[in-house]
Amino acid sequence: MAKFDSGVKEYRDLYWTPDYVPLDTDLLACFKVVGQAGVPREEVAAAVAAESSTGTWSTVWSELLTDLEFYKGRTYRIEDVPGDKDAFYAFIAYPLDLFEEGSVVNVLTSLVGNVFGFKALRSLRLEDIRFPIAYIKTCGGPPAGIQLERDRLNKYGRPMLGCTIKPKLGLSAKNYGRSVYECLRGGLDLTKDDENINSQPFMRWRDRWDFVADAIHKAERETGERKGHYLNVTASTPEEMYKRAEYAKELGMPIIMHDFLTGGFTANTGLANWCRENGMLLHIHRAMHAVIDRNPHHGIHFRVLAKCLRLSGGDQLHTGTVVGKLEGDRASTLGFVDQLRESFVPEDRSRGIFFDQDWGSMPGVFAVASGGIHVWHMPALLNIFGDDSILQFGGGTQGHPWGNAAGAAANRVALEACVKARNEGRDLERESKDILTAAAKSSPELAIAMETWKEIVFEFDTVDKLDVQ
Amino acid sequence: MSVTGDYHTRNTLETFSFLPAFTQEEVYAQINYMLAQGLTPGIEHELPENAMDHYWTMWKLPFFGETDLNNVVNELESCRREYPDHNIRLTGYDNYTQSQGVNFVVFKAQGSSSRAW
Repeated sequence: MAKFDSGVKEYRDLYWTPDYVPLDTDLLACFKVVGQAGVPREEVAAAVAAESSTGTWSTVWSELLTDLEFYKGRTYRIEDVPGDKDAFYAFIAYPLDLFEEGSVVNVLTSLVGNVFGFKALRSLRLEDIRFPIAYIKTCGGPPAGIQLERDRLNKYGRPMLGCTIKPKLGLSAKNYGRSVYECLRGGLDLTKDDENINSQPFMRWRDRWDFVADAIHKAERETGERKGHYLNVTASTPEEMYKRAEYAKELGMPIIMHDFLTGGFTANTGLANWCRENGMLLHIHRAMHAVIDRNPHHGIHFRVLAKCLRLSGGDQLHTGTVVGKLEGDRASTLGFVDQLRESFVPEDRSRGIFFDQDWGSMPGVFAVASGGIHVWHMPALLNIFGDDSILQFGGGTQGHPWGNAAGAAANRVALEACVKARNEGRDLERESKDILTAAAKSSPELAIAMETWKEIVFEFDTVDKLDVQ
Repeated sequence: MSVTGDYHTRNTLETFSFLPAFTQEEVYAQINYMLAQGLTPGIEHELPENAMDHYWTMWKLPFFGETDLNNVVNELESCRREYPDHNIRLTGYDNYTQSQGVNFVVFKAQGSSSRAW
């Protein structure tokens, strides 16, 4: 054994191991790194591995009490970033034993902890994580998953339709329940609390639960179809969150909702476990994600947050719409939508996927497309997101000149016309106008919706683009 | 002031029930899609008042390995002759996802506006 040699060593002596072949059990990460001027890539990349695993700035004697060769993270590959001369990719392998079982909290604390403030870096972005199947098997995952959710809600062969109730702040509980009822009786499957709605003075949570439950039961009775509303249990404390979840269960509600980033992964994982125990579905909102994921050089890519959410637990996760009012590159979005729904996702740089990812038997998560979409987007949305998705039209339902029920019916007719056309082998995006126009002949609600939103498009350049030349 | 209309709530039967009744050709197209996807056709029937039950009664067994449109159509018609007062739906089982890639009501019970041919 080597003698203790105090002082500051170069990180690359220990943590840059280009000959290392990653193990199947290693957790792999890809970072996009911009180092300070004059520092060699290998040294910066090794520093990232060290500072996110066993290393610290100065050698300490107690390192010799353990086997650092067993525990250390290793940078095993460095690659150029296409089209970016300042940045490079660092691929790092972490041994499985660095992380507590079933804790994405622990994984993130290491991988995106202190290292992001490290002075030798100008910027750092976690682009992707390959979770080994051995780790995935320790996580609970979605409380129900796509298959069970379809069975509980009796929705097959098509995406589900949803809607966020507006105005998002200021309605009384009874007026809010009215809006829910109108959407559901018109043909939507699900409605949603806005993320901002928790339990404010104008509408306390318990009153909202009561009136929404009434709306759902009545809509189910009248339409003969199963309905739900995402009751947002996000709260200031876990105790309060569970109290609200319990009351939703007592009222026979099928689904509740949580904001996984502002609420935090600990709260989310606990709530997902509660949902699994109590036969409740869990909708996941993602407030704060753009703070973390939009800068192409610093932060965490959403595909990592999406993977972490699938492990932590949720049955539906917002992914952006590609076509609506919010940022989202198509190829990149499809890349992380696969991570939510598939059991194996192969490496594919054209979609921003840096590793093969084996999900084993972990249930899938519905992709939720929401934000600035309306009936004209329906063909493209079905083409992009496929059946295992939830398409949410907020303004696109409640902005209908006849009100929510007619807006809901317009969306339902448009969706079913698109599914029918797809199954008939028609090209949804090229024939979108014909498909919708034909469907509108038997639906005045759809004809009016098409007239109302015919001019509305959201065409701005994407800020966070994939790294391709 | 804009002109608004009155929306009548509809009692519906899930997928495709917001579209006009399918013609024979339109039903055939959906069956062909199901077969092309490798889904296993199945037929279920139930009284309208029990439409919200998870389980409808199966007509025979699912038609494992069936690839012929005509056989599926014949079974649908046999089921309809036997249970004219039932809703009859076609399901497409996917044994990988253990879900149904297709599920829609082909014939509504006699007395309600009948679908298809």
